[in-house]
Amino acid sequence: MSTTEPLTVIEPDGGVNGYDPGLTEDELLHCYRSMLAVRLFDELCLKLQRSGRIGFSIPNEGIEATQVGAASALRKSDWIFPSYRDFGMALYHGVSPVEMMHNMFGNAADSAKGRQMPVHFSFVEPIRFYSISSPIGTHIPQAVGAAYAAKLRGEDTVMLASFGDGGTSSLGFHSGLNFAAVWKAPVVFLCQNNGYAISCTVEEQTASDGFAIKAQAYGMPGVVVDGNDLFAVRKVVSEAVERARTGGGPTLVEAKTFRMGGHSTSDDPRSYVPAELFESWRAKDPIPRFEKYLAGAGLLTSDTRANLEKEVRAEIQDAARQAEATAKPGLETIFSDVYATLPEHLRRQGQEAFDLAARKGDAAAGGGEFPL
Amino acid sequence: MPTLTLLQAINDGLKTSMREDDSVLLFGEDVGKKGGVFLVSEGIQAEFGKERCFDSPLSEDGIIGTAIGMAMNGLRPIAEIQFQDFIFPAFDQIVSEAAKLRYRSGGQYTAPMVIRTPYGGGIRGGLYHSQSGEAYFCHTPGLKVVVPSTPHDAKGLLIASIQDPDPVLFLEPKALYRAVKGEVPEGSYTVDLTSLRVVREGEGVTVFCYGAMVPVCEAAAKEAEKNGIDCHIVDLRTLYPLDEEGVIEAAKRTGRVVVVHEAPRFCGYGGEISAMIAESAIEYMEAPIRRVTGFDTPFPNTLEHHYLPDKRRVLDAVEFVHNY
Repeated sequence: MSTTEPLTVIEPDGGVNGYDPGLTEDELLHCYRSMLAVRLFDELCLKLQRSGRIGFSIPNEGIEATQVGAASALRKSDWIFPSYRDFGMALYHGVSPVEMMHNMFGNAADSAKGRQMPVHFSFVEPIRFYSISSPIGTHIPQAVGAAYAAKLRGEDTVMLASFGDGGTSSLGFHSGLNFAAVWKAPVVFLCQNNGYAISCTVEEQTASDGFAIKAQAYGMPGVVVDGNDLFAVRKVVSEAVERARTGGGPTLVEAKTFRMGGHSTSDDPRSYVPAELFESWRAKDPIPRFEKYLAGAGLLTSDTRANLEKEVRAEIQDAARQAEATAKPGLETIFSDVYATLPEHLRRQGQEAFDLAARKGDAAAGGGEFPL
Repeated sequence: MPTLTLLQAINDGLKTSMREDDSVLLFGEDVGKKGGVFLVSEGIQAEFGKERCFDSPLSEDGIIGTAIGMAMNGLRPIAEIQFQDFIFPAFDQIVSEAAKLRYRSGGQYTAPMVIRTPYGGGIRGGLYHSQSGEAYFCHTPGLKVVVPSTPHDAKGLLIASIQDPDPVLFLEPKALYRAVKGEVPEGSYTVDLTSLRVVREGEGVTVFCYGAMVPVCEAAAKEAEKNGIDCHIVDLRTLYPLDEEGVIEAAKRTGRVVVVHEAPRFCGYGGEISAMIAESAIEYMEAPIRRVTGFDTPFPNTLEHHYLPDKRRVLDAVEFVHNY
């Protein structure tokens, strides 16, 4: 593990030693609500998956402050290049739970038209939350290219590329950071060091003293921050965003956090994560930690907390009901969006599929179980 | 109309596109100051500046990955891969990302970009400067694959590729860079990205080919003519998506088919052409379909001229299907 001490703002008792987050009361509560929504969304998705109503989900428990803290440092005109464990950033910026649930159910209203696995979101409004890819790290150089385009046009847009500790071993991490530094591209690289890449530990991923140190060799600042501390993440990412926006080039931020759940709903982390690690990180849960701050600031009581939870839970449950009741995508969506215009061979293949369905009936849905 | 080499026609196509659209830019290894190792981009940095024509770090994954990002954010990048043999670190970015982006985002994000790369043998480049990898990419829905064989087509197909809303792999037959010359219209024009070119009309044997194999097949056809065999040569030029109807029509015309490419035979592009004809026009066939291809070996250096299909081998196959 890194010997560099991560920056922390929120003390265990909720104190912040005079730190000013630069957020209004409403904004502070919005941060809290967003973190809570991530957790409740996850909770419901786990139930939906266990009852066979959705195929798969990716839990975020423990990472909420990293996601929301980083998102809070961005403007709506900035872009997010997310990993598959980042949807709190989308929620924070106003993507609705129902839009996300459409993806979880892979229905006709899903922005990806049911073509991707659950959790592989793609949004363009109200913020660019870039289409998620399963191959690790591929989005990192893409964020750099998008940043180059913005810079070329003289825009002050910043790209946030987020990935896990495992992502730092990918080809895209190396090429992305290298290109960004050479081009002084307006990008913030956010490494969410959550302890595990599926079952592989940080020590199995790198012999470096943590991940932020890698920035030095690429020629950019590297910063380590307490990823369970909303304000610390917001502070560090805001500084990096400001540097990028004003022509100072990229930054690598390492947020030290912990994945309290499995890699996905198909993974049981108890087989490889020591129980004491879960216990020690449970005590650092970012949500109760932020609650203490809010309570201390007079913004949250146990009553308002309970009401908020009830409200968010109802919204998410309603989203799931709506999404489940929405029809699946039509057969024609297999063939559209491969190209801007439908080529002749795909028109023919689509026609063959329709003709066969008319003659022999629809294909039966399979019952495959995803292992990862 | 000026007469240009294939290389000059590509250079002209790049400059024409960059003049008419500010969002077009060109980058890759050594494309800036030097103008590319083959000098395809000579003079471009001088005319358009370092922001629109520049050298990148030596990373094919980085070149294609960043080009995708530029493309999704409003630019029309042309990414050069110095040799097609070096493209494989970027295979993931091309196949899993650029080609799938429109589909996986329901059209929210797209990658209108061109990947230009010299491919094929003929320069004694051995294993790693000679390969023809088109089959890997033609197996990839979402990608377009283009191979010009004349200066006219090189410029027109390149401009069409740059204007296309989807990613295009533009394979440049390096053996032809300076070996073919032809008339090239000035200014902007396009050649349809799903279209064949009938190189030579004939009634005896249909020969399908593309890239540097086109002049080889033309030479073989001249030789065959002396023996009374009239070849119909089709330059496939837009390999994917392909004008499949045009292929079937050309196959039916003679009922005798030879397919020629440099790449290895097994699972090569010729297999697809053969299967297509077998599925749609087998009753018209008067003879077995013959493939003339590179061997199923890595690409050799000293014996390159044996590996590459030549006039002899094409002629031999043409005679076989003609006399069958």
